[in-house]
Amino acid sequence: MRLLIKGGRVIDPANKVDKVLDILVENDKIVETGQNIYAEDCINIDAENKLVCPGFIDIHVHLREPGFEYKEDIYSGTRAAAAGGFTTICCMPNTEPVADNKSVISFIKEQARDKGVVNVLPIGAITKRQQGQELVEIAELFKVGCVALSDDGRPVVRADIMRYALEYAKMFSLPVLSHCEEPALSQDGQMNEGFYSTYYGLKGIPAAAEEIMVARDIILAKLTGAHVHICHVSARGSLELIRRAKEEGIKITCEVTPHHLTLTDEIVGSYDADTKVNPPLRSKEDVEVLINALSEGIIDCIASDHAPHHKEAKDCEYSAAAFGISGLETSVAVTMSLVHQGKIGLSDWVALNTIGPAQVLGLDKGTLNKGRAADITIIDPEMVKKVDPTKFYSKGKNTPFKGMEFKGWPWMTIRGGRIVFEDGKIKA
Amino acid sequence: MGFEKRKDLLGIKDLSREEIEQILDTAVPMKDILKRDIKKVPTLRGKAMVTVFYENSTRTRTSFEIAGKYLSADTVNLSVSTSSVQKGESLKDTIRTLEVMGFDLMVIRHSVSGTPHYVARNTGIRVINAGDGANEHPTQALLDMFSIREKKKTLEDLKVAIVGDILHSRVARSNIYGLTKFGCEVRVVGPATLIPPEVEKLGVKSYYSLDKALKGVDVINVLRIQRERQQKGLFPSLDEYSELYMLRPEHLKKAKEDVLVLHPGPMNRGVEISSEVADGSQSVIEEQVTNGVAVRMAILYLMMGGTKDEIIN
Repeated sequence: MRLLIKGGRVIDPANKVDKVLDILVENDKIVETGQNIYAEDCINIDAENKLVCPGFIDIHVHLREPGFEYKEDIYSGTRAAAAGGFTTICCMPNTEPVADNKSVISFIKEQARDKGVVNVLPIGAITKRQQGQELVEIAELFKVGCVALSDDGRPVVRADIMRYALEYAKMFSLPVLSHCEEPALSQDGQMNEGFYSTYYGLKGIPAAAEEIMVARDIILAKLTGAHVHICHVSARGSLELIRRAKEEGIKITCEVTPHHLTLTDEIVGSYDADTKVNPPLRSKEDVEVLINALSEGIIDCIASDHAPHHKEAKDCEYSAAAFGISGLETSVAVTMSLVHQGKIGLSDWVALNTIGPAQVLGLDKGTLNKGRAADITIIDPEMVKKVDPTKFYSKGKNTPFKGMEFKGWPWMTIRGGRIVFEDGKIKA
Repeated sequence: MGFEKRKDLLGIKDLSREEIEQILDTAVPMKDILKRDIKKVPTLRGKAMVTVFYENSTRTRTSFEIAGKYLSADTVNLSVSTSSVQKGESLKDTIRTLEVMGFDLMVIRHSVSGTPHYVARNTGIRVINAGDGANEHPTQALLDMFSIREKKKTLEDLKVAIVGDILHSRVARSNIYGLTKFGCEVRVVGPATLIPPEVEKLGVKSYYSLDKALKGVDVINVLRIQRERQQKGLFPSLDEYSELYMLRPEHLKKAKEDVLVLHPGPMNRGVEISSEVADGSQSVIEEQVTNGVAVRMAILYLMMGGTKDEIIN
């Protein structure tokens, strides 16, 4: 099967391309990129006035399967990804059972192959059952296809275990994705500590709870020479630590979520638990620093931290509610608002969703090079739409963006040469 | 005017100065009713209210209940320990159940901030917040303001010190929101670990020294200190707390001569307040309780619909 994507504005930051081009796809590969490509017997896609980008990659997704299929499963989660413009997602291991062994990882890969519509790359746990005490069988997880290790959802509290994990993971060049949180400081916290936690009377989580662990993991990365990736950076103090570490040449990368880039702790005053997320929505000052860091190269990628929950986990008292935001289907539109506001360049934004995350995990993805898998995301930058969670493909309707209007939405998602999402509908 | 048009009373934060004055003005004739031999008036006959307390309380709950009864409303107390909450029923289902039983108004207390707001969003019944977490306790602040206004004849431009565990106190917050609307200079004082972050942005001054905080104040509102705060490491010992922050007669000398001493109760005598002060001539602590009934009558009356004439005549 051949696809000819005609007349779109092709943005391929890795190759410094930003111009109107055609792309020819044959079977699952990109075979040609150029002007006025002519080909017979192919499906023509008119991409005029659209942005044609390498397939977007989200390296921080909770698919919840196995164990929490009532929140999300691989069938629904990969459809949410496709609808959100992502062709590749990495799923976190905090499932039940935890993805800390070959069987669970194999199961996820099989489910993704049989039921998924986008590429699913599993992340293995760092410690057995994510208990922070004993390392998982890292060599085995590497062999079965894990692209990284993480105990995401909780920190590795013991510095010695984190050190051993980094040293061991280094043998396989596996990045360790760190959820940075000092639990003694964040305990029972519901929102960012600051003026608004005082004003709303909720227990705060100080930025220091994140910053302390970021500092520790930077020091451990330096000690071990291993690659540490800091998940969901939310505090400006963390960014400053990361910036200095990068200047020093320490192997540190980091990601930031769409919600930490666009929302502040002020909105918690609705006591709507959809605003409850960990790390919490921070102050206006933090958000400004995060946005500036996007164009300064301190932030390596955008990741949604897609954390779908069932209704009951959010429709309750604030402190009884689960942490997390269902983010796959709003990530593109929400972060593209920063492009429209002139806060970040279009090409930088595409890079943060493509080559950026690919480089963090060392994936052979994120470009439109000839011969590459035909993973392509096409965006309509002018489409205006309100966020309507009832229309989500994800089972998780928990989003603080509900009802908000955004401009710039995914229009078509092509994974391995097959159209999996087109004009609002899943095609698989 | 305008408070009677509200569906809910969730916090002082949301109220205008005029609405606060309307409530306090309405409470004046209510207090007169309390002095009568026969206290019951028929105003809210046929109306039903329920108190739903997810946290222990004796005086607030009793105060609401008797306030409702004096106005002839039917009052029911849902005791959480004996209700289906123990069986794991969701709050939303509990609320729905009460709604279909036909209650007109619900008084709710909950340990989680924002829960009355959540409840109010999910029911057509009127909701009164009787204390939510560390957020607000609006009826307590209103009765405090009533007590102050009654003695001082005004609320304007007074200096008020709030002493103790400001961090966890909904009473402190509601008082701050209310008093600052009248131009009061509000000072909060307590150990650094119990002063919330960026509290000055609420328009108050914060102090660690009790002596300094009390200098020239018209009112001192002493908060209850909970023993579990010490167990969590927020201060070294109750003894040291008392040494630094227990209100004693000598402290009153720093304040204005006619200073009023308030306490929301229940008191820990000898911990945050000495008996000499609690029982002394400056104390309005007992009268606060009476005023609490009057203020709650006023609120119930305004929210469940009556006219002012009915009360006076």
